[in-house]
Amino acid sequence: MPLDSPAPIAPYPRHGSNSGQPLTRRDGELKVTGRATYAADNHPADLLYAVTAVSSIARGRVTALDVAAAKAHPGVVEVFTPANRPPLAHDPDVKLGMFGFRIEVLQDDGVRYVNQPIALVVAETLEAAVEGAALLNQQYEAQPARTGLDDGERYAPAAVGVGAPAHTAYGDLDAGFAAADQIVETDITTPAQFHNAMEPHSVVAQWDGDDHLTLDMGNQALVMSRDAYAVYFGIPAQNVLIRSPFLGGGFGSKAILNGPQILAILAARQLKRPVKLALSRAQMYGPVGHRGRTWQRLRLGLDGEGRITALHHQSTAATSSFEDFLEPAASASLHAYASPAILAETQGLRLDTGTPGPMRAPGEASGSAALEVAIDAAADACGMDPLEFRLLNYAETEPGTGRPYSSKALRECYSEGAKRFGWAGRPLQPRQMRDENGMLVGWGMGTALFPCPHFPAEARATLRADGTALVETAGVDMGQGAWTALAQIAAEALGLDPEQVEFRSGVSDLPDAGVAGGSGHTASAGLALHNAGEDAIARLAELAGADPASPLFGAGNIGVVARAGRLHRRDDEGRSESYADILARTGKSMVVGTGRMARDDAAAQAWAMYSNGAVFAEVKVDPDLGVVRVTRLVGAFAAGRIINPRLVRSQYYGGMIWGLSFALHEAAQTDRRTGRIMNADLSEYRVPVNADVPSVEAILVPEEDRYVNPLGIKGVGEIGVTGTVGAIANAVRHATGVRVSRFPIRIEDLL
Amino acid sequence: MSLSLRLDINGEPRIVEIDDPRITLLDLLRERLALTGAKKGCDRGQCGACTVLVDGRRINSCLTLAVSLDGAEITTIEGLAGDGGVGGERLHPVQAAFIRHDGFQCGFCTPGQIMSAVGLLAEGHAGADPERVRELMSGNLCRCGAYRGITEAVLDAIAAEAGAAREDAA
Ligand code: FES
Ligand code: FES
Repeated sequence: MPLDSPAPIAPYPRHGSNSGQPLTRRDGELKVTGRATYAADNHPADLLYAVTAVSSIARGRVTALDVAAAKAHPGVVEVFTPANRPPLAHDPDVKLGMFGFRIEVLQDDGVRYVNQPIALVVAETLEAAVEGAALLNQQYEAQPARTGLDDGERYAPAAVGVGAPAHTAYGDLDAGFAAADQIVETDITTPAQFHNAMEPHSVVAQWDGDDHLTLDMGNQALVMSRDAYAVYFGIPAQNVLIRSPFLGGGFGSKAILNGPQILAILAARQLKRPVKLALSRAQMYGPVGHRGRTWQRLRLGLDGEGRITALHHQSTAATSSFEDFLEPAASASLHAYASPAILAETQGLRLDTGTPGPMRAPGEASGSAALEVAIDAAADACGMDPLEFRLLNYAETEPGTGRPYSSKALRECYSEGAKRFGWAGRPLQPRQMRDENGMLVGWGMGTALFPCPHFPAEARATLRADGTALVETAGVDMGQGAWTALAQIAAEALGLDPEQVEFRSGVSDLPDAGVAGGSGHTASAGLALHNAGEDAIARLAELAGADPASPLFGAGNIGVVARAGRLHRRDDEGRSESYADILARTGKSMVVGTGRMARDDAAAQAWAMYSNGAVFAEVKVDPDLGVVRVTRLVGAFAAGRIINPRLVRSQYYGGMIWGLSFALHEAAQTDRRTGRIMNADLSEYRVPVNADVPSVEAILVPEEDRYVNPLGIKGVGEIGVTGTVGAIANAVRHATGVRVSRFPIRIEDLL
Repeated sequence: MSLSLRLDINGEPRIVEIDDPRITLLDLLRERLALTGAKKGCDRGQCGACTVLVDGRRINSCLTLAVSLDGAEITTIEGLAGDGGVGGERLHPVQAAFIRHDGFQCGFCTPGQIMSAVGLLAEGHAGADPERVRELMSGNLCRCGAYRGITEAVLDAIAAEAGAAREDAA
């Protein structure tokens, strides 16, 4: 039921500001000197190396493994197969919570997808382990692989993504189409894409006895994973320690447990020695998730003025034969443009692949790619400029629900982006512009959108005797710059400079900071840190206020301000005392504050919350060869309060480059006869190189959000991918006249 | 089998015993010499994360067998900064430029990017042309997409070097 107006809610208090500075990364020096330690950089004494042997068929079973040959190789210590794999305390074919997918850990001889682990070889050296795995000479009984729409098994899913509805309808779709002057249909397919973080999934596992486990691994969800490992190995959660000080990228692929890592941990327990396992690049195309394929159809009803009367977004999304993760692409149409009737629906398709998973902007990326192409086609059909069309169909309230936006500076994004790009004067018809070399030039745009999920998170802040602070939360920095931005937030709450704050994070025995995902980590962990800092200050104020010798005696918490390491009386700022003095006089060595992510639930319900943006792209296309080059990308984004503009820009650049990659580069190619991925590497699976990105710009559009959370922070990590894909496809259409129907756009589609 | 190699690693002459001809330079550095700055992103010469300098030239250490390097001079990311350790060290101008321009996110490709940039500077054929820099840095993938900062950092370092050269000449 649409709300006419939100319940009156007291706006969050304005927040004092000592963040917002473009600090360089706190871990910058470690990263440029090679001293930042990633999982595989660890080398405990007595280390063994593990290598998985993987399947080269997509479906069937393993009939023979030459274990003797592998074991005979000098240096090989043990070979694990389904015949001798040590027991697990949890059945890997049973789901373990929302993010606990069914996985393959040698529970049987079955093969469900290519690159599934079928044995684990452990050796004294990496070279011996690799050779041992090659010597296994596995034999199979193969069944035909199901690789596409025609041979996959279709089904009606219960959910898409992680628990989102597979079918959402607003308004009367039939009436909307009946009222339309014309209906525009757009078909788009998107391929399987692999996260391909630069750091392959790695683990160094060490057991202390049978029940204490330490894991060095890149991990996006430390406490959640700790709990899951504890279940798999049948030990108390507090006996598992995950250390993840640096991740070489995650993009969603390092939040979910996977088979190879569990096997390495099992091997370490069995052999009573530390074990290191690092997947090869090729082995990452299977057991560690990917963005699943989609086949999407959009139908837009349009009235005589160019207003959308109905929007129907259908998607068929592929998953594995044994687990469900359906790319929630159709959901992208629920939030972007005004329409009296919207239907978003997804059908599932089972293929013989590894299970897909969340990959940077899951659903939003593929869905926005298709939607923005459809919107461009609709503008075309109405003879309208694409920006004008988007403004005409601007959603003043959330489509469907009618909820007001907590903030939405999208108009400003459109206008600032268009101005910077030079959109005005764009010819309406395609193939109108050429550069000095005769290249076809095209301009396209897309709307960027991403929701603002929040996750439970906790933190601790300790003010120390010397007036500095220690703040702690089990957060994750996979490149976003969390260490820096989160420390800025904590420092602000504590009234200290960031340099005076020691920030401890990236270890699972700290307060739970939730998942680094959904672009919600800074807001969630940041709120917890903010509240912990304020709690510590309140406790300190209590001490001072109760101490007759303090200049703050009698002030009470409400009456002090924390600034530059001192508490000041609010009514008389000349009366102040340093943190160190307060602690020293009251004989305390520290005060400890705690905090958790907390926001007004009523506000979260009453308001629709999204980060917004607009992306403009220029492409040049060789008219004879069809080669496409993206010569300019300009994005303008509004995402509430910006903690660190330097880092946020980098997030936007990265997201937009992912969008470029989606539009022109990435696709896993499956051999239809065997189900094998033919380009499981980094040269044939193309990702952009430096020369592919001549010019990328991000404009930070100011936006104040008093409702999204007390800090006014929205997310920035994924939104850059959305909008960009469509903008590039639309620019290609403008350059060439060709409306593409699949991603990535290929040369042969343009000739 | 055991082979004895004379290597100069980051300015330090070392005798390195190798018991396996399959060992790549990358695995030698990472698994046997505790120099884990160079990273393994692909082990196939496709990503550049393992880039180090051998006799001043940038190479993919994952594609180089250690046994082929007797007598070579090797510089890794660990050997780039001046003495002083973290905090007190003098960063190489390329390292400092990477921090200033936010030429990285996760940092995993960064040692390779920086060694590649140092090699590029020595090659001297990029000039101040951003397009050439982007092209000549394209053997180093960055999945985080930090290319803009990388290019700016390299151009900055090239400009600083040119400025220093001009001062020397004056
Ligand atoms: S690890 Fe050597 S090029 Fe990728
Ligand atoms: S900084 Fe992450 S891959 Fe380059």
